[in-house]
Amino acid sequence: MSNSAVSTTNANQSNNTTDSPARRIRDEAEDAEEELRYGASTVISLFIPVTLCMLVVVATITSVSYYTDQSQQQFLVYTPFHTTNAAPAQVVWESIANSLIMIGVIVVMTVFLVLLYKYRCYKVIHGWLILSTLLLVFLFAYLYLAEVLRAYNTAVDYITVVIVLWNFGVVGMICIHWKGPLLLQQAYLIIVSSLMALVFIKYLPEWTAWVILGFISIYDLLAVLCPKGPLRMLVETAQSRNESLFPALIYSSGMMWTVGMAQNAPAPNQQPRGNGSFSTLGVWVHSDNTSSTSQGSDTGFDVAWQRRHNRNSGEVIITSNETRNQARQQLGPPPEGSEEAEDKGVKLGLGDFIFYSVLVGKASATGDWNTTIACFVAILIGLCLTLILLAIYRKALPALPISITFGLVFYFSTDYVVRPYMDSINSAQVYL
Amino acid sequence: MPLMVFFGCTMIAFGPSLAMFILTIAKYPLRVILLVVGAFSWLLALLFSALLWLAVVPLKEQLAFSLVFSVIFQEAMRYGLFRMMKNAENGLDDALSEDEKKSISNHKLSYTTGFGFGLMYGLFSIVNVLSQSIGPGSVGIDGHSSNFMLISAFLTSSTILLHTFWNVIVFDALNKQQYYKVITVVCLHMLVSCCSLLNVQQNLAFVSVIVSYIVLIGTTVWAFKAAGGSVVNIKSCLNR
Repeated sequence: MSNSAVSTTNANQSNNTTDSPARRIRDEAEDAEEELRYGASTVISLFIPVTLCMLVVVATITSVSYYTDQSQQQFLVYTPFHTTNAAPAQVVWESIANSLIMIGVIVVMTVFLVLLYKYRCYKVIHGWLILSTLLLVFLFAYLYLAEVLRAYNTAVDYITVVIVLWNFGVVGMICIHWKGPLLLQQAYLIIVSSLMALVFIKYLPEWTAWVILGFISIYDLLAVLCPKGPLRMLVETAQSRNESLFPALIYSSGMMWTVGMAQNAPAPNQQPRGNGSFSTLGVWVHSDNTSSTSQGSDTGFDVAWQRRHNRNSGEVIITSNETRNQARQQLGPPPEGSEEAEDKGVKLGLGDFIFYSVLVGKASATGDWNTTIACFVAILIGLCLTLILLAIYRKALPALPISITFGLVFYFSTDYVVRPYMDSINSAQVYL
Repeated sequence: MPLMVFFGCTMIAFGPSLAMFILTIAKYPLRVILLVVGAFSWLLALLFSALLWLAVVPLKEQLAFSLVFSVIFQEAMRYGLFRMMKNAENGLDDALSEDEKKSISNHKLSYTTGFGFGLMYGLFSIVNVLSQSIGPGSVGIDGHSSNFMLISAFLTSSTILLHTFWNVIVFDALNKQQYYKVITVVCLHMLVSCCSLLNVQQNLAFVSVIVSYIVLIGTTVWAFKAAGGSVVNIKSCLNR
């Protein structure tokens, strides 16, 4: 249903402006080529935020011991089984039980969210999301600030803290839920993801976290690809209503079609070949206009209560088709028309950021930098492969399975096999 | 004092690589991706070497054994990378724009993947040593050289560059099917690695540093020639 919606738009718009079927075919062929052409820069536009998020988490874990300190035995309510000094068999069944409970909670919450979305209870969803962002951006940020100051033994008075935190929180809420510069919105999404990842690292028992990572990739795969999967239904409902999906629950590397495109392309076939500069010329403007201009369908879903909604975020979507055609149809009208284009570029769910950072954060908690770097490279390669698949299949894909699998394989193999080897090699100063 | 050692050694080890990265790779998205691919392939080679070391229990103390096989695995992975790039060329031809194709034409592909290869190697050799160098401690208390960190930094710097240039030479030789060059490179790699065995065992660390840098100078000139450079090119580049 969603595919036919996109292709129908193509045909109608092409009919309006092109003279001959040959030109329409050439347009569509150029469409296909240009989509693949943006491969490398879109991959990098996702590498950078994922790397930044991981950097923040790793830097915090290695300098602030609070987030790796599990001596207080405080864990999430959803992971009730956490006996200390348990035998391996008990650890195994406890981790599996905890993960099943956690995944169960996530499934229930996701289904609830999908139902709310389906029956258009936008106000409820909006209120829920605002409440959760409020909690994240004020409370968790305050706790983080307090722990960092404590770790560095720096004294800051409460008045300064209140002013700083108030500004940080309010600007965050505005950027995420309303309008703001794209760069600032991206920065806040990265910060919020890393805060959430740190919470997971602290409040999940050791082995439960690993099992959860594994189970959640499987769940992501099922939820996004199975016909009855909640996330797939979410994406399809959003596409059928022609709404952009959760604009701020998802990180978008939103580059926009610019004024330049409208001016220098009266005849599409005269566009310079191989000029990927259409996307690189993109002004980084917050182009989230679909949500703010459409009063009725308020799809301004912003950063969610990640624990519950991160499942919704396990997707990667390309929306370039709609954007390009919209922009093409504005060749005639003055450039202002092109500012209303949707944001183009790949979107990655915040849940993916969180779980990638959880993996790399736990790797760095071992104290071994080799493991951290190995997991980092593995996750990036997984992301690369996912984006290649995206370019081939062109529909929403789960971003977790490949990266997390690579990450887990490399974590355990580096930690148990490579680490002792490199330790003996490094102390003997042998260069392989 | 330890912090100075940390910063000094980091800059020595990664200074040239950082400059190369910023000047030649950072601006081109496709090259960054190839860098990560090169890094990943070295990681795989290391994984195999470590598995072998773990498996052959009686020879765990004799690092020379695992070293020889590690060199073989790394070169095999280099060849595997070459094969993969060759097979992907056809697919890439359709998918890439002109700009992107220009950014990895000729020797730039082998340079970038070799750089990723070497960079990962450099990171793994020295990152743990560097993180220890911040903390309190005395170097060489057991009678070993007190210049441990410095020597590690210099060796890391030269091996990163060596791997980059070896990759350029090997890919070029494989393209032209001049296999004697590939064998020479493998022998050079073996030479440099085996010299590093002298580092701690017999306190003759300076030997490996000297050998490594002589090989580096030779390899640089060779790779430069292989990539099509010459004295005339340098002169015209400087006069422009």
